[in-house]
Amino acid sequence: MLELRKDIFADERDDNLKEIGKPTQRQDMLGHVTATSTYFNDHKLQGMLHLKVLRSPHSHARIRRIDLSEAERQPGVRRIIRGADVPHNLNTLLSLINFGKDDEPTLAVDKVRYKGEPIVAVVADSQREAYEALAKIRVDYEPLPSVFDVEEAMKPGAPVVNETYPKNTFTYHDIYDHQKLRFGDVERGFAAADHILEQRYQMSPIEQAHTETNGSIAAPDTNGRYVVYTSTQALFFSLDTCAKILDVPSNTLHFIGGTVGGGFGGKVDTVTEPLSILGAMLTGRPVRYVIEREEEMIYCAPRGAERIFIKDGVARDGRILARQFRCYFDSGAYTRLSSYAVVKCAAHLPGPYTISNVSADVYCVFTNRVPATAMRGFGVTAVDFAIECQMDKLAHLIGMDPMEFRLINAYRDGDMKAHRREAKNTALIECVQVAAEKAKWPLRDELKRMSSRKDGGGARAAVPATPREPILVSRPAGQQRTPYDRPASPPPEPLRPPPLPPLSPPPAAAPSHGAIRFSSVFGGRRR
Amino acid sequence: MAKTPLQFRHNGRDVAIFVDGGMSLLSALRDEVGDHSPKFGCGQGGCGACTVLVDGEPVVSCVTLAETIAGKSIETADGLKTGPELHPLQTAFMDNFAAQCGYCTPGMLMAAKALLEHNPDPSRVEVVEAISGNICRCTGYESIINAVLAAAARRTERRA
Repeated sequence: MLELRKDIFADERDDNLKEIGKPTQRQDMLGHVTATSTYFNDHKLQGMLHLKVLRSPHSHARIRRIDLSEAERQPGVRRIIRGADVPHNLNTLLSLINFGKDDEPTLAVDKVRYKGEPIVAVVADSQREAYEALAKIRVDYEPLPSVFDVEEAMKPGAPVVNETYPKNTFTYHDIYDHQKLRFGDVERGFAAADHILEQRYQMSPIEQAHTETNGSIAAPDTNGRYVVYTSTQALFFSLDTCAKILDVPSNTLHFIGGTVGGGFGGKVDTVTEPLSILGAMLTGRPVRYVIEREEEMIYCAPRGAERIFIKDGVARDGRILARQFRCYFDSGAYTRLSSYAVVKCAAHLPGPYTISNVSADVYCVFTNRVPATAMRGFGVTAVDFAIECQMDKLAHLIGMDPMEFRLINAYRDGDMKAHRREAKNTALIECVQVAAEKAKWPLRDELKRMSSRKDGGGARAAVPATPREPILVSRPAGQQRTPYDRPASPPPEPLRPPPLPPLSPPPAAAPSHGAIRFSSVFGGRRR
Repeated sequence: MAKTPLQFRHNGRDVAIFVDGGMSLLSALRDEVGDHSPKFGCGQGGCGACTVLVDGEPVVSCVTLAETIAGKSIETADGLKTGPELHPLQTAFMDNFAAQCGYCTPGMLMAAKALLEHNPDPSRVEVVEAISGNICRCTGYESIINAVLAAAARRTERRA
């Protein structure tokens, strides 16, 4: 009887997995400090060729003609790849989970939709020869009108960026042009509020700026497969994406990665692998495609810019009675992961606060800017920035301590969230208490005794009546309204000074009530 | 293109390679010598991932012409340890969790080595200054600064 001698290996594995609280060395640390960790580019293969792409100088243009005749005769050129050479030259990243329509070519064919979009790839003996050949390619463009602003892109008659989505908005569930959240009745909340604050927040795109740029090396393997060394953050996701684009069974591809020189979301888009593998397929040689830093900064996908409008109705005692959002997520020319960012954004609203009337419309908008993609908490972080700025402004507006204001409105265990899920394991109250303590910020004893585990649920767990159509309610005469800092584009009539609602002078002893105007830019108050 | 012969010392050993006129020291080390420890980060001398020492001075090898180092002594992170024995800086980086993705680490180590050789007992400010040409996107630098100071303290201890 043959038997596995488990006793020989008995001391190799400790099944006690209680590791929390014990310092543990990273398993890759020795490799890092001895510079032996192998990144994708630390492979030198026999006969390796180099791939570079020609990028569009236009933000939006029709491609009339591509002349490769001179480039093909350049020394060292092994192969020039065009869109027609890509087996399945249209893809969207999340098609693997059946989310969104294929909208982005690997190499542009009829049209370029952002400045820097790849059109032709050259495979040559050296990087220099590849660049020299790129300089000899002649492309005849017909420039088209571009749109760079999310709200402009949604207006009737705006240039159509991406024909897959003719309204310049991503389509959810085949019919909806945005993500909609309705909870309670914001109009009733606004009518009951003592102050209304409307603000506009505009984020910029942010480059992930990983120290290692995107890249990959693909090489024919001995068994008809291809081995791919890659910088990707998402190894299997990239493998499946390549199998789809190249129209090969996924077991044709052997991806090797995992040692990534920083990613932060900038290495999930599978931008280099399809072309380096295709180059290896067409030449039979190892092909290396590394993105240069300049390309990475200018043409590779950043965190998308968001424009967020928030309108809050707040009571004098500090309760937020209604919160209304309108957000535009700038996806750039293609979807990549922005459709998902919008879903995350909508699911996150209205932030970690229990508000009984919430309304949100979040749009994924196409413009002729560089496509946006993942970056650390994308879809959520920008909204949190806007919400927390808004919270400070609201606290100032009603003359309340900003920490206290957050504690009063913080969600607690058992509360109903706007997307109709019960709040569990909440800890905002405790976070604020610790932050106040660390910052030596005085809190009243009553606030120090608050807990996320107390006083939640009950009436706070109810789902309020939510009308399908907004019912406009007349506003009380004494209500304060503070408009957006800047008008939405384009500016209508000159807005300075903004119209002030007719007000009676406030009693001096009640600063939180009455004719206080709020300077939304600097968060200061003036009378 | 005509190739030029080039001889220099690489981590204490003599090497001879052929280089193109425009070849960077980084390419020469990675592609011709086969030392992958200096990393390509920007190709513009801006991030420090390719930092090596030329006669003890830190240089960004991506914007150093290979031909200019003829006859000189090059040190890279690959030559830091002696056999299996780690350099005090390497041990300190491990102990202080001074790396996450590890891509900037070889350049950081070389910048730190140059500092400690000139100034065995640097202040925190001097460490910050010494690694100011090296970008790390993961750690936020604090752990790296702590590691360099710890390595300096250990060396000073040994000497005492």
